[in-house]
Amino acid sequence: MRRLSPLVPALYILFVMLPIYWLLNMSFKTTNEILGDFTLWPREFTLENYITIFSDPTWYMGYVNSLAYVTINTVISVTAALPAAYAFSRYRFLGDKHLFFWLLTNRMAPVAVFALPFFQLYSAVGLFDTHLAVALAHTLFNIPLAVWILEGFMSGVPRQLDETAYVDGYSFPHFFVRIFLPTIAAGIGVACFFCFMFSWVELLLAKTLTAVEAKPIAATMTRTASSSGYELGLLAAAGTLTIVPGAFVIYFVRNYIAKGFALGRV
Amino acid sequence: MNKTVNHKAWFLVLPVLVLVAFNAFIPLMTVVNYSVQETFGDNTFFWAGLIWFEDVLHSERFHAALVRQLTFTFTILAIEIPLGVVIALTMPKRGIWVPVCLVTMALPLLIPWNVVGAIWNIFALPEIGLLGQVLNGLGIDYNFTRQPGAAWFTLIAMDVWHWTSLVVLLAYAGLVSIPDAFYQAAKIDGASTWAIFRHIQLPKMKRVLTIAVLLRFMDSFNIYTEPFVLTGGGPGNSTTLLSIDLVKLALGQFDLGPAAAMSLIYFLIILALSWIFYTLMMRDEER
Amino acid sequence: MAKITLAGVRHSYGSTRDDRADWALQHLDETWEDGGAYALLGPSGCGKTTLLNIVSGLLRPTEGRVLFDDRDVTDQPPDQRHIAQVFQFPVIYDTMTVHDNLAFPLRNRGVDETRVKARVREIADMLELTDMLGRRARGLTADGKQKISLGRGLVREDVNIVMFDEPLTVIDPHLKWQLRSKLKELHQRVGLTMVYVTHDQTEALTFAEQVMVMNEGQVVQIGTPVDLFECPQHTFVGHFIGSPGMNVLPCTLEGGKAVVEGHAIPIANPVTSAAGRLEIGVRPEFIDLADRGAETGVPVEILKVSDAGRYRVVHTCLNGFVIKALVSEGVEIPADGARLALAPEKTRLYADGWLVPDGGTP
Repeated sequence: MRRLSPLVPALYILFVMLPIYWLLNMSFKTTNEILGDFTLWPREFTLENYITIFSDPTWYMGYVNSLAYVTINTVISVTAALPAAYAFSRYRFLGDKHLFFWLLTNRMAPVAVFALPFFQLYSAVGLFDTHLAVALAHTLFNIPLAVWILEGFMSGVPRQLDETAYVDGYSFPHFFVRIFLPTIAAGIGVACFFCFMFSWVELLLAKTLTAVEAKPIAATMTRTASSSGYELGLLAAAGTLTIVPGAFVIYFVRNYIAKGFALGRV
Repeated sequence: MNKTVNHKAWFLVLPVLVLVAFNAFIPLMTVVNYSVQETFGDNTFFWAGLIWFEDVLHSERFHAALVRQLTFTFTILAIEIPLGVVIALTMPKRGIWVPVCLVTMALPLLIPWNVVGAIWNIFALPEIGLLGQVLNGLGIDYNFTRQPGAAWFTLIAMDVWHWTSLVVLLAYAGLVSIPDAFYQAAKIDGASTWAIFRHIQLPKMKRVLTIAVLLRFMDSFNIYTEPFVLTGGGPGNSTTLLSIDLVKLALGQFDLGPAAAMSLIYFLIILALSWIFYTLMMRDEER
Repeated sequence: MAKITLAGVRHSYGSTRDDRADWALQHLDETWEDGGAYALLGPSGCGKTTLLNIVSGLLRPTEGRVLFDDRDVTDQPPDQRHIAQVFQFPVIYDTMTVHDNLAFPLRNRGVDETRVKARVREIADMLELTDMLGRRARGLTADGKQKISLGRGLVREDVNIVMFDEPLTVIDPHLKWQLRSKLKELHQRVGLTMVYVTHDQTEALTFAEQVMVMNEGQVVQIGTPVDLFECPQHTFVGHFIGSPGMNVLPCTLEGGKAVVEGHAIPIANPVTSAAGRLEIGVRPEFIDLADRGAETGVPVEILKVSDAGRYRVVHTCLNGFVIKALVSEGVEIPADGARLALAPEKTRLYADGWLVPDGGTP
């Protein structure tokens, strides 16, 4: 039993990696090979699919657009969530519990429900097809999450820290920026990670709110797949490239993942 | 925890409030607006009362989608939560394998959802996919684009692949926060592996597991992109979950009234169930 | 109940074992008598917790054997050794009631339920937990939780030894004293072998009949609290026990007397020759202060006087070396300078930190 137990995570990792391997495998094949033979690895190894993506602006601009709105969203979400999370972790105020739950309900809102009203709203305020539109729309589910995560981390910091700082003559903004934020740096990192993650993987809103200028890579993929028929190799290559930013981010936060997922207090 | 009463704290919450209200309140009102009106497609609207709500609540189409949705949600919860806990329990707690496990397991979480659908599409296709070829090679007749059973199997497998890691990471975070002294005391007390799990590990994981159940519940109810890319809701309507049905209704047929009414009913269901989870969780924390 | 013997025990956590510093425990040959109350005293990182874990079986020593009543238990896991341990932070099973917590070790061993009930009641009475038996354990205060941890150990009838790993760390100061006397009382009542690990000398000296002082992975002295105070075997013990600690001054040896800065000082251990770094050690309690005009004694400057309640600590200075002396209330302290008289029977010679044996080293 004990000796068999490492097998469980090993098998799970195999299960996780197999579909990703298959994607990678296809991205290096020619269309002929994909449709012709069933092969476990590329017989005619080709970089053609990747070259297409990096030389065609409609493709590579998709990545730029995605990264742009994800970054803007992360900055807005975490910046707005910080003072709110502090309020929830330190003070009791009129309607605080209801407000917290109301925030969380937005995390539950089915995005499909909002697709059409969002389109109308952002068209009306003239933000349609901009990075800012997607970034703002994604705050709908990222701000509640960021508040939730940060509140957990802040509650782990003893109140004595605040009190000592006030006794020492710090003003609130000064204390907050110079002392408090460095103390919960890990929590901010984790919140950024989650905001990045959920903004990067979301497609429905991003696609609804953009047309040409700010079109995300994921949307480019779906259109290519439907319009030019079976360009599976190209699709696979584009898909592989969407995994790269995520893999980078995980690699950087790998030492914080375990602690961060505890959301500050267990 | 003894917090001080300070109503000025509202000012700190204000930016969040404005942003979320802009994104949540206005669209929600638009939906409510549609749900009580009738349109004939020329941008004129008439008051329709609660007729759409009655329609939706009595519609077999909605019932079927709801049943499919509940089946899907409870199936994936029943698989992902225990599986995630078992994997977290068997994962190494220290050493070089820890970051390797964490990084590879977290990978599916950061793949755009339509790409997840695309990956499983090409992985499971009977002609060119590894899974399809292997299953058919084993003599199992498998084609998820034609057989409802195979489509469901693929859909569940995809969601397990996509989201079990979240449960693993949450459960693992709960586990590593248990001080060694607890395991040492249990050893001295002669506790069995099961007793250690039941009386030490499970209670310490309770909070993170509640979060896991809550997140998985909400997200699986909202799932749209992955099944849309994988099966498009088919074959037939066999994998048409609530969100897919809703988008078909709203954007495909442009039946805004019924679609809006359905949205609200759907939202209220999630809200009610989540509220139950939330209050249970908070009550437990305060005790 | 059992006699515990440690035979040639050494331990290293790392894989390299060349250097002295690689060993968390240097070398240990020790016997703890059945029914004794022992304390392991030393600063953080001195190896006392390592030693405790070796006895409990949570660690297997790199070298050496552990014997319980001459039975070799080195390879036995903790649950077969019949030991009890109370940790620094209270370990309780959150979801269970106080009663179930106490019953847990018995139920794990398949003890009959009526027997479990009787035994839990008995232990709860002893620890004054009876009226809390039905409550959830997580709601208790830190001292209540520590009592439960202890109770889980005592509830078993086959316990060989109870070990405490700094059990009062998280207890409020005013309850520390109560719990400490409770432990002492329990020891007299149940007559179990008990080992108490701490870095606090008051806790060690009040609890134990025998105190083992450890430093840098080795035992520097074992003895009764009085031994440790009156006759430190090592300058470390002199420093670590007592407040303020022992005065230690570099010296040379001439004709059986120590010479400090040109002043001959008689010493208690009869020594003719000694090698190594020589020092004399004398506790502030054994130094008398006389004024400048006295016939004998070492002339010193007075730096400052601090009040410590019933006595005062006089900080004096001899050519840059600080010597502290205790002076009772009411004794006049000269302002400009003084002469110190070191009690000859309490002043000892140390070589490389260790007490020089009678006759000295060649």
